[in-house]
Amino acid sequence: MLKITDLVKRYGSGDPVLKNLDLTIEGESVVSIIGSSGAGKSTLLRCINRLVEPTSGTVELNGTDLTRLRGKNLRAARRKIGMVFQGFNLVDRLTVMENVQSGRLGYISTWSAITRRYPKQDIRRAYELMERVGIAHYADTRADQLSGGERQRVGVVRALMQEPDILLADEPTASLDPKTSEQIMGLLRDLSRELKLPVLINIHNVNEAKEYTDRIVGMRYGRIIFDDKPDMLDPSAMEAIYAGSPHADRSGGPDDKAAAS
Amino acid sequence: MTAPRDTWAKPPFIANPVLRWAVYLGVIAYFGWVGLTMPIDWNRVAEGIGRAGKIFGGAFPPSFERSGLLIDGFLESLKIAVLATALGVFLSIPIAFMSAGNVAPKPVFYLGRAIIIIARSFHPVIVAILFVKAVGFGPFAGVLTLTVYSIGFVAKMLAERIEEIDFGQVEAMRAAGAPYFSTLSYAIFPQIMPRQIGLTIYQLDSNLRASAVVGIVGAGGIGATLANAFGRYDYDFALAITIVIVGVILFSEAVSGVIRKRIQ
Amino acid sequence: MTSLSTQFGRDDWSRFTLKQRMMRYAIFLGCGLAIAWALTSIEVIWPWVWGAPEQIGDLFSRMYPPDPTNLETILKVLWDTVNIATFATTFAVLLSLPVAYISAQNTTPNRVTLWLGRLILVTSRSVNTIIWALLFVAIFGPGVVAGIVAIMFRSIGFIGKLLGEAIEEIDTRPVEALEATGASRFKVIVYAIVPQVMPTFWAVAILRWDINLRESTVLGLVGAGGIGIILQGAIDTFNWPEVATILLAIIALVVVGEVISAYLRRRIL
Repeated sequence: MLKITDLVKRYGSGDPVLKNLDLTIEGESVVSIIGSSGAGKSTLLRCINRLVEPTSGTVELNGTDLTRLRGKNLRAARRKIGMVFQGFNLVDRLTVMENVQSGRLGYISTWSAITRRYPKQDIRRAYELMERVGIAHYADTRADQLSGGERQRVGVVRALMQEPDILLADEPTASLDPKTSEQIMGLLRDLSRELKLPVLINIHNVNEAKEYTDRIVGMRYGRIIFDDKPDMLDPSAMEAIYAGSPHADRSGGPDDKAAAS
Repeated sequence: MTAPRDTWAKPPFIANPVLRWAVYLGVIAYFGWVGLTMPIDWNRVAEGIGRAGKIFGGAFPPSFERSGLLIDGFLESLKIAVLATALGVFLSIPIAFMSAGNVAPKPVFYLGRAIIIIARSFHPVIVAILFVKAVGFGPFAGVLTLTVYSIGFVAKMLAERIEEIDFGQVEAMRAAGAPYFSTLSYAIFPQIMPRQIGLTIYQLDSNLRASAVVGIVGAGGIGATLANAFGRYDYDFALAITIVIVGVILFSEAVSGVIRKRIQ
Repeated sequence: MTSLSTQFGRDDWSRFTLKQRMMRYAIFLGCGLAIAWALTSIEVIWPWVWGAPEQIGDLFSRMYPPDPTNLETILKVLWDTVNIATFATTFAVLLSLPVAYISAQNTTPNRVTLWLGRLILVTSRSVNTIIWALLFVAIFGPGVVAGIVAIMFRSIGFIGKLLGEAIEEIDTRPVEALEATGASRFKVIVYAIVPQVMPTFWAVAILRWDINLRESTVLGLVGAGGIGIILQGAIDTFNWPEVATILLAIIALVVVGEVISAYLRRRIL
């Protein structure tokens, strides 16, 4: 269970990007976060695994408060949080197998990491997962030789290699063409069911959010203003999330113009 | 579908195993054999530690007592660098045109390239020794040396720039019936001028650095002062000179960097 | 700046504004003055200058024909020269790795190490190989050790600087991704940073080897081993035909070095 309480993130002295945000994710469900650019979706996701340092508030994963952790404990916690990125964030010059195994770096010894001698069970698991997403034949291929959809599959497998308790996906389909993007969304949904893994996805495409996820969280200007089943996302809710421009939010009064509109 | 495998090895950099092992063995054999057979007098090297202590002991604190000598040496280096840059850049222009494949006829092209290759092959210190023998000790040998050095670099870079110019402008000039040299000055010079100015400033900086070195073999400038200080075991003065050289080089590098950025 | 309204209705045109033109004249004047100052105050004996073409011609005519009697010795020393360059480059490459690591802003542990790294790079780069050689000949005595160490000291700065810049320019997204997996700092370096700087690493190492071949031909002139020693010897004894042979050997060495480094660059990158 992921429980976010009163989370605030502020860069410098400006307006906070996240404003006293609460969010709880229970059980194995696919949750999508929608909202216009600048609403704070990406910051929220990165606050969970502390790629971005929250200003205040708590993020609890299965009872551990992640915001207090440092050094070794933080790394141990990060091992349990898989992340998939918009730009795939693969190491281009390494083979697919090395990229996939880099998800295990938190577990294996430094020596086996350097010499690329991975534990047998890790290799078996890698092949199984790669087979599952259809990239096993690319094991020895360099990551930069693959197409976008294939690269994102590598990214997904890398995250799953961590045996995570939760999977975060930051705009996983924004760099892909529509067809590949549907495939990746379908894959994330199916994997969530198969592996009993909660998945939290930032997404721009509302139709994909409605079709592939179990719950939609709508963000606007650092706050959650919608949180319900996809069916409940009606035009007025859409209007509340997307109407106007983020710029108007910022230049307008500090208090909820979004809720008023 | 085959059963999932549980072994994996990174594909080797050289796919052919015979070639791979040949390369590995070759490298090991080279370093092992050459390392063992090098003419090294280890006893003499071991003594070096004590000597290093003595030299550094003698070098600190650096002595700026003879700063007059130091300043004279530097001004001479600067003069050498200025004259060599002016002369070298001036001579580089025709040589660059000679060695640009798209404007020069074949035989001229080969001559130009040969001049550049020869100018570039020899380290300025070797050129300096020859000029010192030919025209005697002093700054004149330094100017000649750095002129050759400048030609090697500026002419090469300029020739490359000329080879990548937009040839449409040249054709337009030729179509208008312009003679050869007018074509050069109207269609080619404007295209290469920015690069030429950048190169000149870079080369001035480069020549200032090199002028500190050619002096060591007698071609004038601060290098001569440094070599003398070293020869007379005046390590404190040598350190002072070195510090000033480093300072001036850093300064001139910064200035030339700023100017080149401003021009573009 | 002229205002927009005054620019309308003008019927003259010149490429540069008055200020720009003054600026250009000032620059030309400055360059002219610098050259004039250098020409008038430099300590040369002008009759020697006028006699120079004749002297140089005379020198070259004495070199012809090149004398190959000592070719075997020359080739042997040439081989030593190659070895000096290769060994020095290898050591310098290994030593420059930690220096590059601490002088790149995104990998250096703290500010003290950053400045230490930069100090090493600046010292190494600003002192020419020959000056390093003078020092190490005084320390280790004449011979190849002084040569290798001198070239090594000069190369560390060159390689370290370029490598450090490559580290600063890497794509940080894979680094972020691996940090998100909970990998330790060291493993992130090995998996996300090292693969990205490998091409630069090889390119810089090969480039420096090529440069070092040239540099090692002159080490001998200050006693630090290599072909420079016999070149100095031949010049001192006015054995011009042999000087010619040595010079030809150096050209051959440099050209072969350039061919080999171009080939390696193509193979590896």
